[in-house]
Amino acid sequence: MGYFLDLFLSGLTRGSIYALIALGYTMVYGIIQLINFAHGEIYMIGAFTALIVAGVLTIYGWNQMAIIFIASIVALLYSMGYGYTIEKIAYKPLRHAPRLSALISAIGMSLFLQNYVLLAQTSDFMLFPSLIPDFKFLTSFSHIARPSEFVIIISTAIVMVLLTFFIKFTKTGKAMRATAQDRQMAMLVGIDVNRVISITFIIGSATAALGGVLIASHIGQINFYMGFIAGIKAFVAAVLGGIGSMPGAVLGSLVLGWTESFFTGYVSSDYEDVFAFIFLVLILIFRPSGILGRSDTQKV
Amino acid sequence: MMDRRWRQIVLVVTVVLFVFWGMMGCSKKEETIKLGVAGAHSGDLASYGIPTVHAAELVVKAINEKGGINGRKVELLVEDDACKPELATNAATKLVSEGVNVVLGHICSGATKAALKIYLDSKIIVMSPSATNTDLTLSGEYPNFYRTIAYDDAQAQLQVKYATQTLGVKKAAVLHDKGDYGKGAAELAKKYFEQAGVNVALFEGVTPGAVDYSAIVQKVARAGVDLVIWGGYHPEASKIVTLMRKEGMATLFMGADGIKDETFIQMAAENSEGVYATGPKDTSTNPMYIEAKKAHQEAYGSDPGPFFFEGYSAAAALLNAIEKAGSTDYEALAKALHTEYVDTPVGKISFDKNGDATGIGFSVYKVEGGKYIQLQ
Amino acid sequence: MSFEQIKKSLLVSLWFMVLTFPIMVIRVNTIYHTVEWRWHRMFGVGISVFVLSFLWRYLMGRKEAGLKRKDRGEADILSRSQKLLHEPRFTRPAVIMAGAFIIAFPFIFSIYQTNIMITALIYVVTGLGLNIVVGLAGLLDLGYVAFYAVGAYSYALLNYHFGVGFWIALPIGGGIGMLFGILLGFPVLRLRGDYLAIVTLGFGEIIRLVLENWNAFSFGPSGIANIPRPGLFGVDFSLREATIYIYFLMIALALFTVFVVRRLQNSRIGRAWIALREDETACQAMGIDKTKTKLSAFAMGATWAGMAGVVFAAKTTFINPASFTIWESIIILCVVVLGGMGSAIGVIIGALVLILLPEYLRAFSEYRMLLFGAILVIMMVFRPGGVVSEVRQTYQFKGKGD
Repeated sequence: MGYFLDLFLSGLTRGSIYALIALGYTMVYGIIQLINFAHGEIYMIGAFTALIVAGVLTIYGWNQMAIIFIASIVALLYSMGYGYTIEKIAYKPLRHAPRLSALISAIGMSLFLQNYVLLAQTSDFMLFPSLIPDFKFLTSFSHIARPSEFVIIISTAIVMVLLTFFIKFTKTGKAMRATAQDRQMAMLVGIDVNRVISITFIIGSATAALGGVLIASHIGQINFYMGFIAGIKAFVAAVLGGIGSMPGAVLGSLVLGWTESFFTGYVSSDYEDVFAFIFLVLILIFRPSGILGRSDTQKV
Repeated sequence: MMDRRWRQIVLVVTVVLFVFWGMMGCSKKEETIKLGVAGAHSGDLASYGIPTVHAAELVVKAINEKGGINGRKVELLVEDDACKPELATNAATKLVSEGVNVVLGHICSGATKAALKIYLDSKIIVMSPSATNTDLTLSGEYPNFYRTIAYDDAQAQLQVKYATQTLGVKKAAVLHDKGDYGKGAAELAKKYFEQAGVNVALFEGVTPGAVDYSAIVQKVARAGVDLVIWGGYHPEASKIVTLMRKEGMATLFMGADGIKDETFIQMAAENSEGVYATGPKDTSTNPMYIEAKKAHQEAYGSDPGPFFFEGYSAAAALLNAIEKAGSTDYEALAKALHTEYVDTPVGKISFDKNGDATGIGFSVYKVEGGKYIQLQ
Repeated sequence: MSFEQIKKSLLVSLWFMVLTFPIMVIRVNTIYHTVEWRWHRMFGVGISVFVLSFLWRYLMGRKEAGLKRKDRGEADILSRSQKLLHEPRFTRPAVIMAGAFIIAFPFIFSIYQTNIMITALIYVVTGLGLNIVVGLAGLLDLGYVAFYAVGAYSYALLNYHFGVGFWIALPIGGGIGMLFGILLGFPVLRLRGDYLAIVTLGFGEIIRLVLENWNAFSFGPSGIANIPRPGLFGVDFSLREATIYIYFLMIALALFTVFVVRRLQNSRIGRAWIALREDETACQAMGIDKTKTKLSAFAMGATWAGMAGVVFAAKTTFINPASFTIWESIIILCVVVLGGMGSAIGVIIGALVLILLPEYLRAFSEYRMLLFGAILVIMMVFRPGGVVSEVRQTYQFKGKGD
């Protein structure tokens, strides 16, 4: 039973990590039906910015709490900036182009950003300071999970709830949903679609950066390539849950995390990804629009 | 209308020029000695290839400042293969077309195997700082191949011998990173463990770059092994060791030269204490080693990365052979490599008939006080 | 160049200077706690962005002007490049010259040039194959490399165990590729759009991971070495001769592929694919068997990938799973989209550009992949339909006319 619980928790951590990235993926997809390949790179840039800021502040001898706070805020702001700029350069001119062209543009952007960081910050693995403090009140649970795992799981939950509220009840959120449903109709009723799309990218990038900071601080090291695999996995998770759906992204991520964790634990880690993908295929065969995705009836 | 036609003409001319410039490559005079450097300089394994480029740059700079070899300057031709066999063959044919004299590389064993045939057909000597696959030298299929690093087989034997005889391991887990280096090494370790009668309770690969390894760590904990042998590089190893120690596991951890690197200790910090690794004999007191490290810090502002010293030694050995042979002829070079000894950061080396460096031994190291301490 | 524009460019360059500040300027070492400030880079970014923003605005202006012309119906239905392709006065000498160039190529240029040209031709064939799936049938396939891997491994393994030669392995590789295409086709019949994309991506990864882990079958990550190059009645070739031989072989295979794909495009099944791409539901309503059409698209696409894989294995003489990552699928997809979906000539141009470009960019060494990424973005932004976009085939009914 203890072993089962351990695997359950490790799957939960893994799933929460995927979820933080998948949320941004699914948001962007919901609005403009674009698989934003560069999303993983935003996550990487968020982690790098936090590392740089934290590194500099440590040298100037600031105290721990201030560093955590400032590094995270700066990382979030910068990722928002990157998300906004990328959208303006690589996606906005392609608004009316075939969807695949936008996908290739996204792939190009991802390659560009990866190599930009590679050239500017070298290919070395860098030690990421553990920003998440060992909270006193969590140490009593330390036999179950480490504080950083708790922080990741809790942050994911909070981000998901906040985003859901934002989308459901705020004016911008409503505008987003309207844009997602029918862009032209949204324009007709007076929604500034370009602004809505920009906001979506900004929020999506912020969640990715938050993920970057938390995960980097959990793993303890980063390099320029960290975004790629995490991005692919998060994308898989978002599709599994039903792309475009916020709770779907989280559920899909958790399911993916648990699948990998239990398969590793009880069978073999050699084939964990094989199994995860087979599981994905099985789910999609029976629910072709993902676990929580709406299956639209196609009209001619 | 007129200006459109002009624009088209200009466009066509530029394209043609560009293509020709690309195709002609650099067809400079035959005066320089061309040292090719091939390896992963982009992609996920770039961090293992770039240090070798730095090493070659430093060696060549030092030699050229002294006036070159026998009056000839050394020119570097750097080609990226991203550790992929097909790109390695492209890089190799490019180097051959450009008239390369000797090649330092490639980094990954798979890419090296793919490229070696091409060099062999053109009679070019290749020396790798990092391709450890046993077949490369011992199979005898690649007579033009040399290396300044020990091969996997010998390392695995040493690991198992130390684990069974000194550490008294009865039950072990073997983990690897599914790569050609890591899995190859892990399989050998498993083979020798089983020959020694040790129970290998787990033999599994983990996905490099995955966000979290706690599931496999839990599995190791449950298997109740005395020792984990790791086949692969340091990023995953440091994550796994850190997780193991944070879970409160005292299981011993041992790796090969993929983790015998300062970076591993820096990444795993206090959790690296007590980790064993095999690797080339300690030469950090060697004046050339100290000098090379200093040169790197001055030129690039950081400590050297993986395989830097092996790359430095290989570059030095190749250029020394050219100097001693007095030419870049294949037979003369081979003879010089087999007979002449050269001082390098990894010691005074020469090459045996298979192409493996002699004079570089192995040791087992243990991390104590944030440093790899040589045992035995 | 008005004051307004200069102000705008200044703002843009200021924005980029701020944006790239931490990553470009600061290099911090978290182990020794040292920091390095590289201010000169900031000015570099500022100046280059300032210049580039003018260029960007100019190109954007041109693109928009073009779009407007199109809206007003001034532009012809065929773009300039397409008109050229349909002008016999131009095409005939062009084809003859291209043919002469292709034949002379390996004798003029170095073995390296021939070698990368072979790689490009392999991508021409895979690109044309994927074009059937993505361009014609409209099924987004992100795991196409799986079939390529299947082809390569079938030659390598058949040769290793049974000593099967290249010429026998070529059709076998194609056949096994086709089988796998059908195998993938079945579970994904119900899926649409990006759900299909992700399942195909998964399929590609499954194949690669199995090859990586199942040592007894595929020799795992250490790969299979010493795969023989294609032979010709037992003649032993030198490296140069073998390269030229494979080059002509690939030219032949590419021509054959173009021929078959063109014939297919205008056949009954080809038009069914296009109907499927345009509207699945309407296509079904017209009485087209969706299952058969989809499966045949996957099968046909996979066949070419399988054959290309066999040639790939023979050319590299060494294969391991590292050659068949998801990046490979993405590159092949880029070939199809960049060249212009659905158009054979476009795919050929796309393959030549995408495969030769990184090789020629080697001159920029470490900036190579950075430029490659930037070029992908720029190409898509300014020519979203690809280099040569597809010409809609129009069929006219010529009645008796009375």
